[in-house]
Amino acid sequence: MTTTTDHGLAGHSPRLSEGLPETSPNRRRFSWNFAIRIVLLLIAAALTLGPVLWTLSTSLRSPSESFKLPPSFFPWNPDFTSYGEVFQQLNIFLLVLNSALVTGLIAVGQMVSAAMAGYAFAHLKFRGRGALFSIVLATMMVPVQVTIVPVFMLIRGMGLSDTLLALILPAIPTAFGTFLMRQYFMGLPAELAEAASIDGASPWRTFRSVYAPLAMPGMAIVGILAFNFHWNEFFRPLILTISEQNFTLPLGLVSLQGNLGTGSISVVLAGVVLSMIPALVVFMFGQRALQDGLTAGTGK
Amino acid sequence: MSTTTRRLAGESGKRQSGKRAVGETTTPDANAPAQHQPTAKSRQSQRWLAWIFLAPTILGMGLFTLIPIVASVVLAFFHWDIISAPTFVGFDNFSEVVQDPTVRVSFLNTILFVVVAVALQLGLALALAIMVQEKMPAWLRVFFRSAFFFPLILSAASVSIFMRYLFNEQFGVVNWFLSLVGIPAVPWLTTPGGSAAVVIFVYVWQNFGFSFLLFIGGLASIPVETYEAASIDGATGWRKHLYVTLPLLSPTTLVASVMAIISALQVFDQPYVLTRGGPGDSTRTAVMVIFESAFQRLEFGQASAIGVLLTLIIMAITAAQFRLSKRFVFYQ
Repeated sequence: MTTTTDHGLAGHSPRLSEGLPETSPNRRRFSWNFAIRIVLLLIAAALTLGPVLWTLSTSLRSPSESFKLPPSFFPWNPDFTSYGEVFQQLNIFLLVLNSALVTGLIAVGQMVSAAMAGYAFAHLKFRGRGALFSIVLATMMVPVQVTIVPVFMLIRGMGLSDTLLALILPAIPTAFGTFLMRQYFMGLPAELAEAASIDGASPWRTFRSVYAPLAMPGMAIVGILAFNFHWNEFFRPLILTISEQNFTLPLGLVSLQGNLGTGSISVVLAGVVLSMIPALVVFMFGQRALQDGLTAGTGK
Repeated sequence: MSTTTRRLAGESGKRQSGKRAVGETTTPDANAPAQHQPTAKSRQSQRWLAWIFLAPTILGMGLFTLIPIVASVVLAFFHWDIISAPTFVGFDNFSEVVQDPTVRVSFLNTILFVVVAVALQLGLALALAIMVQEKMPAWLRVFFRSAFFFPLILSAASVSIFMRYLFNEQFGVVNWFLSLVGIPAVPWLTTPGGSAAVVIFVYVWQNFGFSFLLFIGGLASIPVETYEAASIDGATGWRKHLYVTLPLLSPTTLVASVMAIISALQVFDQPYVLTRGGPGDSTRTAVMVIFESAFQRLEFGQASAIGVLLTLIIMAITAAQFRLSKRFVFYQ
């Protein structure tokens, strides 16, 4: 598995017996390939991380210096003026509160409702289970932009226009989360339910004390995915909120850039950096879960 | 990329929870077999619990997804501006929309965008995935994978905000780098070609990591023996990838391309923040026209008609891809 064994001769006796001038013992050529590959990958990584580093570093320049060239990619002597300034220009606390409230409630709502529905589809028997599950799956294919006009009307009709609930309620039923939780529950042995019923546990009790505790990791994936998506969401808040007191972070930042034009980049970027912090935390602690969740259902 | 579109590939492991055929004899209790047969009462309580558990999801989806889908289709045949009562206009919305030059340009832009952005996204993701999966120290691989995944966790709006500064004509970093090699300042966001290039770049920058993840998963599932067999047959370097990797990776490529296309067809955040569709209509997309006709011009019927057209295009492309896949996708 390691590079050293690859160059060791021990494992290659069949090839050597053929007497061909194989490439693998040729150390020099291999390392050239390796070097080119690493350089290309490093360029790609620099292009990916460079803009983010520039954003961080520029937010830490003083507003008057922020648009000066050459650009800065590392904050050697950080200046926090812009961070003070962005709090004056923008009601950051309110934006963060709104975003956290919307995102948090959607995440919790999705975790609970998806776990319940997923469990019903996986372990409870009722008529029409297959058909209902197909309908749930089919709704995954409908883009949000197509349903947004009727949803907007519906929200108006419910008297919820321009409230945070308008963002939260429609986002709670989740087809993908339900699908994910169903798969998760199916991965847990059915014997557990049998054992519980032998012990005289009701179906509710079986779920509550046996399956739900075991399903926490799956629920965490649903929650992290919901958090990542809705924290960054722009399209629905743009349509469903009107007054600034109901804006979420992305909306507030875009309107700040609009208001400031190109006046002081560092102030806008300070806001952008602040908005990235929760995503960064998720990235550091939940990367694995996020990757698993994003690619779930695409495998073979 | 919107979450709804990522998930089409549907059900993977359709595992049956199954009835237990063996192992019953291990139960020491003599009464056990009798209790195993679910009683009528227990079956009924299961049914009750199922409906209670399903209620939030089913009612929510009915209200916020199924009814809106139907309403959207119905609304496409009405003229409605919220203020006055809706009037039935038959196919008028569709014929107006199809003849509207802005709508036409936007759909054309969207299709061009999809072709270029998806090709770049998949090509880049595949090349990088192959390079990352070959031999290298584990920590370096973790670094590259994290780096390519990172943009996915950012909001498209925030990314577009800082990219707008990076591509600024006078003080943008991109033009500064170009000036180092003697290229005069490019008016990125004020010319049609420049804006289109920037929108494509920003979109691909943020989304290639998702296809990359899918390809990494696909590559990991190719058995090592196939490569060993290929190298015994004399295949090396890129030939190995052409004759072994690509055919064996084709199921992943299908899923990755379907997802990338559906998501790209719905592009909105990047052009909205970067260019507002301009200059002129040069970066206006299908979803931007839906947004504008509904929420700026209050033409809800027309907006629905455009939405219905977009959905039909998405469905047609998906169906076509799965049909084509029968010929080109190689399943082991």
